[in-house]
Amino acid sequence: MVDRLLGRGHAEVHVDEQPESPTAAVWAHVQQARNLKRPHTLELLKVMADEFIELHGDRLFGDDSAIVAGLAKIASRRVVVIGFQKGQDTEENIRRNFGLPHPEGYRKAMRVMDLAERFSMPIITFVDVQGAFPGAAAEERGIAEAIARSVGLMTRLRTPIVAVITGEGGSGGALGLAVGDVVLALENSIYSVISPEGCAAILWRSAEQSQQAAVAMKVTAQEQVELGIVDAVIAEPGEGAHTDPTETARRIRGVVLERLDALGRMSIDELVEARFKRYRAYGPYTVAERPAAPQERPGLADRLRGLLGTRPSMPPFTRPRLPGLPGLPGLPGREEE
Amino acid sequence: MPVRLPFRPRRDAYPPDLWTKCPGCAEMLFNKQLDKSLRVCPHCSHHFRIPARTRIEHLVDSGSFVERDADLQPVDALGFVDLKSYPDRLVAAQLSTGLRDAAVWGLAAMGGRPVSLCVMDFGFIGGSMGSVVGEKVARAGEAALAERMPLIIVSSSGGARMQEGTYSLMQLVKTMGVVERVKAARVPFISVLTDPTTGGVFASFAVVGDVNIAEPNALIRFAGDRVSAGTIGEELPAGYQRAEFWFSHGFVDRIVARAHLREEIISLLGFLVAPSLDGAGEPATAPASRPRSFLSALTGALGGETNDDSRNGETEGSRGEAPRG
Repeated sequence: MVDRLLGRGHAEVHVDEQPESPTAAVWAHVQQARNLKRPHTLELLKVMADEFIELHGDRLFGDDSAIVAGLAKIASRRVVVIGFQKGQDTEENIRRNFGLPHPEGYRKAMRVMDLAERFSMPIITFVDVQGAFPGAAAEERGIAEAIARSVGLMTRLRTPIVAVITGEGGSGGALGLAVGDVVLALENSIYSVISPEGCAAILWRSAEQSQQAAVAMKVTAQEQVELGIVDAVIAEPGEGAHTDPTETARRIRGVVLERLDALGRMSIDELVEARFKRYRAYGPYTVAERPAAPQERPGLADRLRGLLGTRPSMPPFTRPRLPGLPGLPGLPGREEE
Repeated sequence: MPVRLPFRPRRDAYPPDLWTKCPGCAEMLFNKQLDKSLRVCPHCSHHFRIPARTRIEHLVDSGSFVERDADLQPVDALGFVDLKSYPDRLVAAQLSTGLRDAAVWGLAAMGGRPVSLCVMDFGFIGGSMGSVVGEKVARAGEAALAERMPLIIVSSSGGARMQEGTYSLMQLVKTMGVVERVKAARVPFISVLTDPTTGGVFASFAVVGDVNIAEPNALIRFAGDRVSAGTIGEELPAGYQRAEFWFSHGFVDRIVARAHLREEIISLLGFLVAPSLDGAGEPATAPASRPRSFLSALTGALGGETNDDSRNGETEGSRGEAPRG
């Protein structure tokens, strides 16, 4: 586990070696997303921002170093930046709790989001987290409540939000900062409802099936674009973001600024309504024909027939479109620099 | 977690096994007796998990429940296969529960007041929240908003449904978006957390009720203990992640035994009254909450129709006999 948190044992995975199977390719992708040498929020800001003032503390309990938040100037715009921060070496990882946030992190984020709203600054979030800290300290201080409130706040916040998934988009812990008007993802990032290991442990009852779980959940950035969860992929330079953090940051900067420009042309009411509608529409379902008036005790065969007869074929799910996003017609799923 | 589901999925098809062993005190309980005591052990007051329809019978005024959207049908958008394919799991769950997905929502009356009620069913793939469950919670919230009646959600869920991938994760946002509007419009929201309420359901609407009520000893948690113990190697305190733990940590207002749950909610509804819209000072919120005509029509019909599955009288009569928890 510690090896995984420290990103050890992944050194043998190279993108250039031809993976033999699609499963191996997806797994290599997962390992890429977890590579600790990938730039995190502070490393990205060093390149992206002309100025960054970090703000600390949730005003309730403490300061969580696994989430950083603050005020930044990017291309002379005032923005608020909030993001997860893993460490790049053991010492920093210990200081940052391996990038696993406690409730204080989300509460600090909410406090700073409120600042952004009151002083009309758009928000950029960087998402790279395995999940919220799963220990007793986080639990008893209400990690669930903190995430729920952060998600709720982001659905109604009256300022533009661009979320960028830069590495691991792990479950509710990631979602706490990943609600946005626009959701972007770096090419080698992943986004999933539960970690592949967790999914395998529950559904396959064995953590060995993590690779299959990663495939089944369609975790890769490109697949998430196809599902309509992510709006666009930002291509990574060279063999991945870890090989050229500076260029990665430049590419993110370009795309984010472009998106902020577009969002800035919408009225705030329009923006918040479009964001609400986007998330309101997620998730495909169908409407089965109403079952006939129920018999007193329908037999097994009747119920089976009823269920099989009304199971419709799956319609394609169309992603809700943001209305009135000018200047970005027919953006392909992938953005080259 | 070696908890057997003690109830038969369809209680009306009377099960051949007449006895249930209480996991709390190992007492053998006669099933009919157990049903009469609202499936609470008379000896140790262990609260058994109950299906959504039984829960609804326990809570609402007899015969007042009108189910909505019973025909929403989940879809296998990812083509998900683990040890079984997701469609196979769905059919199996549908056959065993008689539900199309893990939540039932509708309009009902409680103590004569109209409410929008959504109840989750743990028997359907662990009560997990996929797109249909999220949609039902959202619609229950929107109905509450449109008609300015209280929203009551009874949670019983293992969390997000992994088989629907990130769509399940998005249900947290979808439901929270609606709940935020309900709250901004000053429409009351009572969240009832029953055994178990975990993962993404706890980390979204279930934890943010205006009043949070939990059943005694209900397992409530964000992270599984396997995760906690395995990842962090921490020693976990006794009673960790049970209702009483959340009560003492300030996340649950009241722990209420099943026998008193209905009265408790009715009392709360006497205090939490949505101010009428024509009143001055109503905040200009909830632009999406324009009343939808079919919902208005529904409330008109409320009380007139009876729910298919409601077996009236049984619960009313048995309520008095239920033990204190």
